Amino acid sequence: MTSFPRPALDLRNLRTEFRIGDHWYPAVRNVSVSLMPNETLAVVGESGSGKSVTALSILRLLPHAGARIQGGEVLFEGQDLVTLSERDMSTIRGNSIAMIFQEPMTSLNPTMTVGDQIAEAILIHRGGSRMEAKAEALRLLAEVKIPSAKSRLDEYPHQFSGGMRQRVMIAMALACHPRVLLADEPTTALDVTIQAQVLTQLEELKQAYGMSMLFITHNLGVVAQIADRVAVMYAGEIVELATVDALFAKPMHPYTAALLRAMPRADRANESLEPIPGSVPGLSAVPTGCAYAPRCPFKDRSCTELHPELVSSGDPGHLVRCPVRPVGGVH
Amino acid sequence: MTIGVASVAVSQPSRLWLAFSRNPLFWLGALLLAIIIVVAVFAPLIAPHDPLEQNIVARLEPPSAEFLFGTDNYGRDVLSRLIYGARVSLMVGFVAILIAMTIGCTIGIVAGYVGGALDQLVMGGLDVLLSFPALLLGLMIAAMLGASLQNLIIAIAITEIAPFARVARAPTIALKQQDFVIAGRALGFGPVRIMGVHILPNLISDVVVMSSLWMASAIRTEASLSFIGLGVPPPTPTWGSMIREGFDNILDAWWLAVFPSLAILVTVLALNLLGDALRDAIDPKLRGE
Repeated sequence: MTSFPRPALDLRNLRTEFRIGDHWYPAVRNVSVSLMPNETLAVVGESGSGKSVTALSILRLLPHAGARIQGGEVLFEGQDLVTLSERDMSTIRGNSIAMIFQEPMTSLNPTMTVGDQIAEAILIHRGGSRMEAKAEALRLLAEVKIPSAKSRLDEYPHQFSGGMRQRVMIAMALACHPRVLLADEPTTALDVTIQAQVLTQLEELKQAYGMSMLFITHNLGVVAQIADRVAVMYAGEIVELATVDALFAKPMHPYTAALLRAMPRADRANESLEPIPGSVPGLSAVPTGCAYAPRCPFKDRSCTELHPELVSSGDPGHLVRCPVRPVGGVH
Repeated sequence: MTIGVASVAVSQPSRLWLAFSRNPLFWLGALLLAIIIVVAVFAPLIAPHDPLEQNIVARLEPPSAEFLFGTDNYGRDVLSRLIYGARVSLMVGFVAILIAMTIGCTIGIVAGYVGGALDQLVMGGLDVLLSFPALLLGLMIAAMLGASLQNLIIAIAITEIAPFARVARAPTIALKQQDFVIAGRALGFGPVRIMGVHILPNLISDVVVMSSLWMASAIRTEASLSFIGLGVPPPTPTWGSMIREGFDNILDAWWLAVFPSLAILVTVLALNLLGDALRDAIDPKLRGE
């Protein structure tokens, strides 16, 4: 491991819990993953698998009542974000680590002009005059390819379309040149052509700004287009971690394989799509053994009794949490 | 892409304006209020007599060509006193509501945003305030502070804090879960900035609309406290104290109590019409879209 450069962001055994009634249930269960400099790591999984909660935990944006980070570390530039004071944390947010959200229609303040919203982030973290911040906001709007940016600077969010608002969100996130960008399903709410444009743009900006990106999505097509490595999450834990090529060519975990079979692919036109039976277990009803066992066609007796560890599959850098099917991949 | 932009480019304020400008009651309320404000502002030019000038010879004169609304026990012109009284009523209503709005909104937004134990504590305290009838509460405070214009304003402001806090708190709780507030936090905005810059502007229209309704209630409370004798001390004319003075002679001189009562009625009616129209305009369920 010593030959690797230091990760831009390093999650170690991160555990986030939610309160239901009087009990705390883990929504993110001991997630350990490193985000390397300039890397795009995709986090995929069904709704309720803990993808977004992981991202919100990194920036500590979960509601104070009803959610807590119960253990683990989030290492960023030598500091553990979990134990940082709220004041220090707010100098990290938006400045060193920025986040963009799923819903562009509601992620902008409807009562502020787009220019002011971008300038606000710059003023807070970088200081300087209002004029300079507005000039920088204009540059950013042009950089995310908003047409006639100069005149649109003083318009309100409701005068922008969904794709344009998402670009504005990206401009806001990039305003302070963050080292890490957390993208929580940024293209899910957009139609397919706009989605492709935004993805291409994110990739370009990532290169230009030298950022690392944690890209949350449930769309494997998007993963194939943008990611370097992929973490597949199920019921709050990582079940498979691999490079994007290895994951698509040789999925090891039955869940990953099932996800791939449920995805339409241009190269396999004649195969029919297979849905995955059942659904993600609720927070309070995660099985004791393998969380995926109730839906898994390959399960044997040990699966329902022993909780499997995330171990190397044999290929370098390819981790899988399934003792039954790691050899040769699941196809 | 410009097509998509044009289709959503419907400005919200103009739609709101359209909604309530179509309401005839809005125009009636606005007209009445405008007249009252003009009368109050230009009182020295409009009033036919000095409101404080006593004329023992012409005491308790019924309405006539010289004294349109008659004269009171000291021979003072009732119409002139009414015109000057409008200044006190509007000032008390406006300033008290402004104070109550500032304090109430701050309390409501902070309680709603912080939530948890603080929220419970503050809202419990406000429930206690709300459980007193506004008049009784105002009476207690005014009696404690003593009778003066300033204390009257303070007393009325305190009685109106709780409803403002409630109106500000509810949308705050909804707004703090909105994506743009979370996005703001993700950009490193502190709680004060989030509350002041991102939450307040999104709920201020609700609060301002409700304030016109509560201004009517503030004016009523002012009149009631003046009637009891806890308002502005004499000889300053206020509508409430004029009714009080007229009450002594109600059987001989009906005009003393009736005209100030009508003045209060018209002012409260104007504010309520305006407030109702504004409320209907911002409430899409009542807008009938």
